[in-house]
Amino acid sequence: MSVLARSVPPVSVERRPDPAKPMVEIADVTMAFGDFVAVENVNLNVGDGEFLTVVGPTGCGKSTILNAVAGLLKPAKGTVSIDGQRVTGTGGDIGYLFQQDALLPWKTALENVELGLMFRGVGAAERRAQAMDWLAKVGLAGFEGRYPQQLSGGQRKRVQMAQALITRPKVILMDEPFSALDIHTRHLMQNELLALWQEDRRAVVMITHDLEEAIALGDRVVVLAAGPRSRVIDSFEVDLSRPRDVAEIKLDTRFMELYRNIWASLRGEVEKSYARNK
Amino acid sequence: MHAINDRLIQLALLVLIFGGWQFGVTAGLIDPFFFPAPLDILKQIVAWIINPGFYKHVSITLSETVLGYVIGTALGVGAGVWLGLSRRTARILDPFIKTLNAIPRVVLAPIFVLWLGLGLWSKVALAVTLVFFVTFFNAMQGVREVNPVVLSNARVLGANRSALLRHVYFPAAASWILSSLRTSVGFAVVGAIIGEYLGSSAGLGYLISQAEGNFDAAGVFAGITVLAIFVLIIDSILDVVENRLITWRPKEGERPA
Repeated sequence: MSVLARSVPPVSVERRPDPAKPMVEIADVTMAFGDFVAVENVNLNVGDGEFLTVVGPTGCGKSTILNAVAGLLKPAKGTVSIDGQRVTGTGGDIGYLFQQDALLPWKTALENVELGLMFRGVGAAERRAQAMDWLAKVGLAGFEGRYPQQLSGGQRKRVQMAQALITRPKVILMDEPFSALDIHTRHLMQNELLALWQEDRRAVVMITHDLEEAIALGDRVVVLAAGPRSRVIDSFEVDLSRPRDVAEIKLDTRFMELYRNIWASLRGEVEKSYARNK
Repeated sequence: MHAINDRLIQLALLVLIFGGWQFGVTAGLIDPFFFPAPLDILKQIVAWIINPGFYKHVSITLSETVLGYVIGTALGVGAGVWLGLSRRTARILDPFIKTLNAIPRVVLAPIFVLWLGLGLWSKVALAVTLVFFVTFFNAMQGVREVNPVVLSNARVLGANRSALLRHVYFPAAASWILSSLRTSVGFAVVGAIIGEYLGSSAGLGYLISQAEGNFDAAGVFAGITVLAIFVLIIDSILDVVENRLITWRPKEGERPA
């Protein structure tokens, strides 16, 4: 136990994020693939410590915005900055939780979790100790030697969480991270995610098509229009107190009110998107 | 129980084939000039095995095979990974590669003898040309089929180009490359044997061609049998290597939890 305890960062120094300080700035961004314009003139700011959720109909180009923030895609127009630094490529100070299985199948849970530290040149002993801590944190102590194929879907998601968060990134990006999980596992994972996030309160941009998830997790919900040429059409503050329990908060009257309001905005776009793709 | 029964059936088949063959020869139904009796073939093999000079031939063929295999594989993996990563280069070189691959390799043997002489290296060169393309195409395919999400994840985690090669591209291509290694062992042996057969003074291919020159069918068949055993042994060694290298792949029966 003492070996593990030594490398845990001091808990007493609680991070006090300044919500007024923009951590992610998406300025006038247009994402295009050839002639196809996925999103156009998107402006979004995410404050330090803010949990922003983005909802929109399928195929509205939500993911392309995240990929621009991650530096995986270049915007056709506009700029993306993280903590005042313009994003020009990957390797920035971000963590990305993908929708699909993104673990390296030829590496064990432990080797997967320590990847971010390894690429940053952290020594073997140090990164191993930290990775063990993170595996314990996501409830997978004892699973460090397993390969991804030997883990369940929920366990793989936990490993991915530890992998994305171990470098303590300034910004955490999530692309429908729990959509492939069954509803009970999803609630568990959402609560665990909230608990982990509460510790450090980093800026989060989470994309989802699940409006309940968006309200239950987020500080603010942004609605995107149906694609192509999607843009931000609405933004709602979620004034629900924290810490939250994802399953129980859905019975809160304020939650239901927010749900009605946001759905009124989202519904038209979902119908438009459906009519186009029919 | 099934496994034992299967083994018994295999054994019965073996006895039936060779017993029938042996019987056919002794009964005069089969001409031993073309199909020598299995016992004669066995005698020839035993005669070779107890003769120390035989191992010189085996070791020469073995070194040609191993050298051709290692060099061909290394070149194939290198070129395959390179062209798998650089689509433009692959596009430009495509017609040249197709043309080279279209040449029946056997016709190159005389040229290699001209260039490299009758010794070891002309056989190695022939084996390399056979092995290279198998490994090359597999390595290229393996690199191209890397899961894009895994690749994006590694990039976001901060992997630079060389880290991507080492931690993503090579392991992803490894199973493709390994499966090609199995196929190319056979090719390496073919290259070495054909080279020896067409012009040499030692090796298993030379033994076979000598036997053929003497109308010694038993010798030819004995040579073929020794070659088959030779390849089987190399193949089982690769089996062990493959299981060691790809521990992450789920084994049969071991499904995800």
